[in-house]
Amino acid sequence: MLSRLRSLIIKELLAALKDPKARVVLIVPPLLQALLFSFAITLEANNLTLAVHNLDGGKWGSELVQRLSASRTFTEVFAVESEKQITRALDEQQAIAVLSIPQDFSRAIENETPVSVQLLLDGRKTNTAQIVAGYTLQIVASLQEELAGGQQGNVILIERNWFNPNLDYKWFTVPSLVVILSTLIALLVTAMSVAREREVGTFEQLLVSPLRPAEILLGKAGAALLIAMVEATGIILIGVYGFKIPFQGSLLLLYGSMAIFLLSIIGVGLFISSLSTTQQQGILGAFTFMVPAVVLSGFATPIENMPHWLQVISLGNPLRWFMLIVRGIFLKGMPATDVISNTWPMAVIAVVTLSAAAVLFRKRME
Amino acid sequence: MKSHALIRIKALILKESRQMLRDPSSILIAFVLPAILLVLFGYGVNMDAQNISLGVAMESNDPASQRLVQTFQSTSYFDVEVARDRRELLGKITSGNLRGLVIIPQDFASRLASKDASPILVITDASETNTANFVRNYSAGVLRVWQMAEAREQGNETSARISLEPRFWYNAELETRNALIPGSLAIVMAIIGTLLTSLVVAREWERGTMEALLSTPVSPIEMLIAKTVPYLALGFLSLIGTVAVVIFLFEVPFRGGFPALMLAGGAFLLSALGQGLLISTITKNQFVASQGALITAFLPAFLLSGFIFEIASMPWLVRQITRIIPARYLVTNLKTLFLVGDVWAVLIPNVLFLLIIGALFFIITLRKSPRRLESD
Repeated sequence: MLSRLRSLIIKELLAALKDPKARVVLIVPPLLQALLFSFAITLEANNLTLAVHNLDGGKWGSELVQRLSASRTFTEVFAVESEKQITRALDEQQAIAVLSIPQDFSRAIENETPVSVQLLLDGRKTNTAQIVAGYTLQIVASLQEELAGGQQGNVILIERNWFNPNLDYKWFTVPSLVVILSTLIALLVTAMSVAREREVGTFEQLLVSPLRPAEILLGKAGAALLIAMVEATGIILIGVYGFKIPFQGSLLLLYGSMAIFLLSIIGVGLFISSLSTTQQQGILGAFTFMVPAVVLSGFATPIENMPHWLQVISLGNPLRWFMLIVRGIFLKGMPATDVISNTWPMAVIAVVTLSAAAVLFRKRME
Repeated sequence: MKSHALIRIKALILKESRQMLRDPSSILIAFVLPAILLVLFGYGVNMDAQNISLGVAMESNDPASQRLVQTFQSTSYFDVEVARDRRELLGKITSGNLRGLVIIPQDFASRLASKDASPILVITDASETNTANFVRNYSAGVLRVWQMAEAREQGNETSARISLEPRFWYNAELETRNALIPGSLAIVMAIIGTLLTSLVVAREWERGTMEALLSTPVSPIEMLIAKTVPYLALGFLSLIGTVAVVIFLFEVPFRGGFPALMLAGGAFLLSALGQGLLISTITKNQFVASQGALITAFLPAFLLSGFIFEIASMPWLVRQITRIIPARYLVTNLKTLFLVGDVWAVLIPNVLFLLIIGALFFIITLRKSPRRLESD
């Protein structure tokens, strides 16, 4: 039994990796994507362009503009002269925002009378626009405080950012990518594998062999598990040695929960695979699972922001749980009890998906 | 000669269309999958942080800190859990039950009265980097609101002399959904477009019908046209269907014109279909082709298109890479068409870029297409 299983796993590994194109596709793009996405994913607002409509002739108008362009938020500032240019600057996305400084700005500041400054923002980019508005408010408030002569009140806010003191997005992204890219690999290897045997004609050969359906599935699962774990290890190494993200927790816990997580994904992949008669259907199934699973994982946007019914659905998403575990173990050194309490839902999902795949596969073999 | 080519193309298009319609999965890809994905993106992708779980350790029990705690409780951004001692709450940050903790220390009131610097500590769970940023900024905001109220109470209100009025154009109520849903539509179309064609050439190789096709007088360019036209038609139908869902179901305003939408959509579909055909032609193998489609169609479009993550904030090299992601141009075009209108100065350069990318895909595909059977 064991030796049969071993040769089956070897057969599946060969099937997945023998073709040089397949080997390249399976190994290179996920690692490249891990690197690329780690740099790409940030919800900061930097390197933006500000348009300024400055009607003020005095020194305070240009002082305000100078303060705004002193940080990384605005790296480019240009002047607009008319209403028409303001509209163009925003419509044509030449600038994220237009700051309108009124004629009497400096005079009002010197006379200590109230004055208002208008900031027009591009609502197409809601998130960036909000950050820019917040940043500008902060600059205006600090200018005002200085004019009022020092701080009002003596309360100070001290910040401590635990587990990621510099709020570096990569520390969040890389552990999340371990989850997403290993899901991708596990699906790539499994979701088309039965349909492929059927289309290539090797399925009949399996049927006449003494192998039981469960063994065939175990062979496929084993190979996928191995490939996905190796790939995940690659991404973890990139994170720890490439990006110097501290690894705080236990490797044993990480790999133990990873195996259970991957089995739940492999169950989904094999289920799709048994269900589809053509590879086209297989790939459709893989997308139908992959895209919602990533969107509902809490990776791009937090699960807390979703409506209640989607939060309930996301409980059945293994990515949601493993996301918490990988980030927890990586950055927080998550203790075993917390890891286990996030692992058992994945174990339940794995049992359900694997047995569903087995039942369907047996039915298809008859 | 010319008319022969036309007859051949017509016949091939007919063949491809029949093949497309016979496999139910094409119809599923064009209509059912986009509907599911749109609903999911529409509700699932939400950047508006609400009800973030925040702990407040109120170690000082005087009226001023009570009022501060009340200010924290009264905002909808936070779901506040109050305790008397920070030790009750610190563990909940590690376990992920609290996203942040505000500590009002025991000597808060006495320091406040003595005009010494009176510190308040904010601890965030920065393993969720973005949520941590929300916690920091909102806490500072709550503190400012409280300080102003306190100053008013004591009668030494300093009126704000410079006020900043932010106005969000095109989306005055700052409905993030209105900006995110047109973006989602672009991501969905990126997946659909590539998915539709990624297997069509590889399939012919595996089933052995490519040999049959090659023995006919059909030229590679005729084959390519025939493989594009039916899927382009299906892609257009899919686009119109999904745009209708966005306008009528999600009630996102559409301020552009139909011709501009068709232009932007058509240019995009050509590049996405071209991407699929290229994958299919290079791999000659459905298994590898589907892997290629899975890897290239979803994550790059989702993460590198500016849909959620601002392209300007990415490092230079990554910004250059985003230029070859077709979804990037569609995201901008659709957001502009939905929220602003027909801004040709934005639309035309983006359409041109899409056409260039599409042309590149088709040229490479053509060069990789077999003219005769080779012995490899």
